[in-house]
Amino acid sequence: MAEGTTGIYAGAIAERKKRSFLGDLFIRLIREKPLGTVGAVIVLILLLVGIFAHWIAPYGYNETWVGGRLEASSWEHWMGTDQSGRDLISRITYGAQISMYVGLGVSALSTIISALIGLVSGYLGGKVDIIIQRFVDAWMCFPGIFIMITLMALVGPGITQVIIVLGLLYGITGSRTVRGAVIGIRENVYIEAARSIGCPTGSLIIRHILPNIMAPLIIVFTSRMGAAILAEASISFLGYGIPEPFPSWGGMLNRGRPYMLEAMQLAVWPGLCLSIVVWGINMFGDALRDLLDPRLRGGLGRYSGVQRKLPKQRRRGSTPVQEN
Amino acid sequence: MRAYIIRRITLIVPTLLFVTIIVFLTVRFVPGSLIDLMASQAVGESEVTPEEIADQIRHDLGLDQPVWKQYMRWLGAWQQEDGTYSGILQGNLGKSLWSQRPILDEIVGKIPISIELGIIAITTALLIAFPIGIYSAIRQDTAGDYIGRSIAIFCMAVPGFWLATIIIVFPAVWWGWTPPMSYVPIVENFGENIKQFIIPALLMGMIMSGVTMRMTRTMMLEVLRQDYVRTAWSKGLRERVVVVRHALKNAMIPVITVIGLQLPVVIGGTVIMEQIFNLPGMGRLMIDALARRDYTIISGINIMMASVILLGNLLTDLTYAWLDPRVQYR
Repeated sequence: MAEGTTGIYAGAIAERKKRSFLGDLFIRLIREKPLGTVGAVIVLILLLVGIFAHWIAPYGYNETWVGGRLEASSWEHWMGTDQSGRDLISRITYGAQISMYVGLGVSALSTIISALIGLVSGYLGGKVDIIIQRFVDAWMCFPGIFIMITLMALVGPGITQVIIVLGLLYGITGSRTVRGAVIGIRENVYIEAARSIGCPTGSLIIRHILPNIMAPLIIVFTSRMGAAILAEASISFLGYGIPEPFPSWGGMLNRGRPYMLEAMQLAVWPGLCLSIVVWGINMFGDALRDLLDPRLRGGLGRYSGVQRKLPKQRRRGSTPVQEN
Repeated sequence: MRAYIIRRITLIVPTLLFVTIIVFLTVRFVPGSLIDLMASQAVGESEVTPEEIADQIRHDLGLDQPVWKQYMRWLGAWQQEDGTYSGILQGNLGKSLWSQRPILDEIVGKIPISIELGIIAITTALLIAFPIGIYSAIRQDTAGDYIGRSIAIFCMAVPGFWLATIIIVFPAVWWGWTPPMSYVPIVENFGENIKQFIIPALLMGMIMSGVTMRMTRTMMLEVLRQDYVRTAWSKGLRERVVVVRHALKNAMIPVITVIGLQLPVVIGGTVIMEQIFNLPGMGRLMIDALARRDYTIISGINIMMASVILLGNLLTDLTYAWLDPRVQYR
């Protein structure tokens, strides 16, 4: 009988545990972070439009509409046509796909690089750490856009090149965050215990440290995505990113510049989409960071000086904030 | 404090060394096609073959030497052909591949333009960020706070080059007005010069203010919780005195760090703004050099920018240590 009860409890606990992480995160996101939820919806829309661009876009991204250059919006072309007579909404749609590739690709690559450098530098410490950190210092000295266009000019334009260059740059910079987290974990007793029973360094890093730095890794991943999309647009705007005829939003703003006085849609839509997407990703990333790592949260402070604010603050204060 | 300053300065040396290595290796990747291009342009005046000219160019650039020797020569730590030491350590950044003019001469004239743009931009950013950030903090969770935070978020998400494009296109279409696009030096005509700089600088300032605004708000909130602020309140001081005298002073210390860390953002921002608003500064020089594949200028600019930022970071750290006596000088 007693055993059965324990079994039931164990089962209940296991079940709670199973849906705890992602499920809880999702519920807390909607309940506590309305702006973050809006951001999540925007990210979702970007992903859906990006994945299904082929079905959503009414025309191809490089399909010329004979005789219809710089047309205003109409039933046939919702956003009008561009300087070469291509349907603008189709190009915007495929542009979302490119932004999605760049955002995900750069985030993934930079997170892997950050994790590798951060783990090695943070765990080994000592001379290795000092040398690696001076190298990271040196990278962080170059103003972003200068080093980006320099490297892009060397490797040549293209989407893969953009992903590799941006992934490398952000990966090296982001390794600082990971290193900090690793150093914090390195001193824990369970690491000491694992080391004392002869656990080899490699499996110690993978089995015991890596799972504990998941939160900073997710933060590095999401915080890079918006920046990467913006950076790709900037270097494409300067002409060193993704070449024609591929419809990168930044490149579209660059190519359309001479024609914008005749057709304002060329100035409005690519930039608007870019801004909304970057805003959404930033909001979602911020919310995720607050939920995953309460210590990094900004603005915990309470300003008790203004009396009339007190009731509202009590209500805020009573919201249970779970600390993992 | 003295030990901290010395330690902090000695740390710069290895970092600078890595900076030169990164720049050098980047330049070493000069695609072979560039040399062939230069050779094919030089051929025709004489009867030598392009291959011979290409070899000559390689020899002139010192590319036929082992890599470590090239690096040491470029750094100025190894004798050149004529037995002299001439490299970065001696302040010689080399010559432009195309114009053959010393790079330092090419750069010097462009620096004031970028600095002017940067200074107006930073001033604007602070003028926007501080009042809104402080107001957001002392009226947390009111409508004003939400508006302030939305402005900050807006500034961080909207790309500068798009805002600049919009500012050029829409007034031109609606009122037939365009921002002035021909560069006038500040010593010749102050008014015209400012007229041309003000729009790109305001835009840059707006974009930059987002981060500082958020930092100001966070730090103010942090400080307003402190015991000494409660003491100030309980003494019956007025709100203005508590906020300005007790809270603001202490909240500003970390904010200064953020302003220092934004230096790369300012320098990066000038590239795009100079390109759009036709200002012949460092950013324009960089873009032009890239278009011409003038790798020596590119490496010169990169070295210079990296040194400026390194120096900026050093100054930020020292200011921080000087302002906040709690910083441990380890």
